[in-house]
Amino acid sequence: MFEAVLLTVITAATPLLIAALGELVVERSGVLNLGVEGMMIMGAVVGFAVANQTGSGFLGVVAAVGAGMAMSALFGFLVLVLVTNQVATGLALTILGIGFSGMIGEAFIGVPGLKIPELYIPVLSDIPFIGPVFFQQDAIVYLSFALVAAVAYFLFRTRLGLVLRAVGDNHGSAHALGYSVIRIRFAAVLFGGACAGLAGAYMSLAYTPQWVENMTAGRGWIALALVVFSSWLPLRVVVGAYLFGAVSVLNLHAQAVELDIPSQLLSSLPYLATILVLVLISANRRLTLVNTPACLGKPFVPDR
Amino acid sequence: MKSLLKATVAALAFAAAGSAAQAADVKACFIYVGPVGDFGWSYQHDQGRLAVEEHFGDKVETAYLESVPEGPDAERAIERFAREGCNVIFTTSFGYMNPTIKVAKKFPDVKFEHATGYKTADNVATYNSKFHQGRYIIGQIAAKQSKSGVAGYIASFPIPEVVSGINAFLLGAQSVNPDFKLKVVWVNTWFDPGKEADAAKALIDQGADIITQHTDSTAPLQVAQERGVHGFGQASDMVNFAKDAQYTAIIDDWAPYYIHRVQDVLDGKWESGSSWEGLAEGHVVMAPYTNLPADVVEMAKATEAKIKDGWEPFTGPITKQDGSVAAEDGVRLDDGAILGMNWYVQGIDDKLPQ
Repeated sequence: MFEAVLLTVITAATPLLIAALGELVVERSGVLNLGVEGMMIMGAVVGFAVANQTGSGFLGVVAAVGAGMAMSALFGFLVLVLVTNQVATGLALTILGIGFSGMIGEAFIGVPGLKIPELYIPVLSDIPFIGPVFFQQDAIVYLSFALVAAVAYFLFRTRLGLVLRAVGDNHGSAHALGYSVIRIRFAAVLFGGACAGLAGAYMSLAYTPQWVENMTAGRGWIALALVVFSSWLPLRVVVGAYLFGAVSVLNLHAQAVELDIPSQLLSSLPYLATILVLVLISANRRLTLVNTPACLGKPFVPDR
Repeated sequence: MKSLLKATVAALAFAAAGSAAQAADVKACFIYVGPVGDFGWSYQHDQGRLAVEEHFGDKVETAYLESVPEGPDAERAIERFAREGCNVIFTTSFGYMNPTIKVAKKFPDVKFEHATGYKTADNVATYNSKFHQGRYIIGQIAAKQSKSGVAGYIASFPIPEVVSGINAFLLGAQSVNPDFKLKVVWVNTWFDPGKEADAAKALIDQGADIITQHTDSTAPLQVAQERGVHGFGQASDMVNFAKDAQYTAIIDDWAPYYIHRVQDVLDGKWESGSSWEGLAEGHVVMAPYTNLPADVVEMAKATEAKIKDGWEPFTGPITKQDGSVAAEDGVRLDDGAILGMNWYVQGIDDKLPQ
């Protein structure tokens, strides 16, 4: 029973975790991309369409990552090259993604989906309790674990990660030192798009294998909140995503065992938890400023 | 935005067609609360619109706006349609009721049709379907087929239509097995496939082997298929998503009503009124019964026939959750009592959210 709950927590948390990790890297480089929801829904529809046409879940996932990157490349071109307003462009990206995905997906409404298979890791998956929960998942869940480790390692243990953080903290100095701010930011934005696309593919190929319009149902926005929630630290994103997944799943279980708590209150718990943590973090100004990329959302125009 | 894109495409196509297109006699316009691609509520309304187009050909022109939020935006959308020369406007969500009435006052020559509401005017009619009739039948099937004697119900919002659906389902189940149990989970959304899937998993984990839903996606049925339990389609026939899991589906078929009403507008015979029909008139349709033994199919078909003959599932004896009598033996609840239902029947352990 507890095992079953944990399994659903992991599936509920995985798309949030992946999308938030991508956005974390983007924001660490100093760019705010509010278009996560739009890139995610594009990933969901393209992933579903390609998997459906080719019969291959793997190709679907690859295509979804590509779709997320294409969307983020558009965003990167607009905000980094043409220096448009990041907030407005990000919002536009979401609206574009929702509209465009609806058009692409029209032919796939009511078409049964293809679920990417679960991979049982030999030996490890036989361990009681831990085995089924952590070693009988689909490939994207494992990938999400690997991504956390990779992002954390990259940001804090590699030279390139240091450069990326420097670009986010002080683009003027990084530029003066000879680093190409625009190029590094573009790479970060592309990585964010790839993650959002992957999160979308998880929605349409693993979580609920189907295509319906608006099926990401606001998860991209939750991912954005998780980045702030985690105060831009990868391991805290994991905590946040799993907490969010846990609260939303436990809400459903609490109702099924007939706990006498209003369901509306339970449904709002994840959001209340997010607000609470935001308040706690913001209360300690020093703590907030330590990790907040100082140049977040500020456009960079190199003097020529 | 999507509507905007589509409208642009449509406008371009129209420009390309030039003046070849002949003016239609009647323009019928539709406003949907969700995307037409939800494969649930708005999808079925749009199927009704397409049926109108097919039935009348060039005589009737249609237009629609999707994902129109309930509230002030709805009023603007309805008014826009009224100004654009729509002769009849169908507003297809409960929350459009007041905006529809308001706009209707300004445009006395335009006919308005509001789905699931209760306010009418000289140029505003209402329409709805007796979905609870179908839910009574699936309740009977659930009680026959369940091994655990527990069904799970994924509910959206505590409004009368959903509550009466839960009650009808349990009354049907109790007519087969008086001890049948129902677990209710409120997800507080009409449409979130992920959340609906999680709700289905939670219910199955807690012993339900039949899953019912009053939300719009196919996700719960897919979970049922995966976990080897059974369920029912909602609004559309969802059998393609759950070949082994779906027993039947309650299909909303708006086409007969839309065609009938548009015909009235064409003939100049349109009058305000309140339509609330069900299985008998074909506004509610049961999808083919599958994965069921012959005797259960027979029972379901017999109940279907009985309801088509005029029998009402909300016929006494019905006891409320608190033990008071809702209807004496043989007494039929009147339409108002069903349309405004805010109590549970006995046998549901859940407390109704207020």
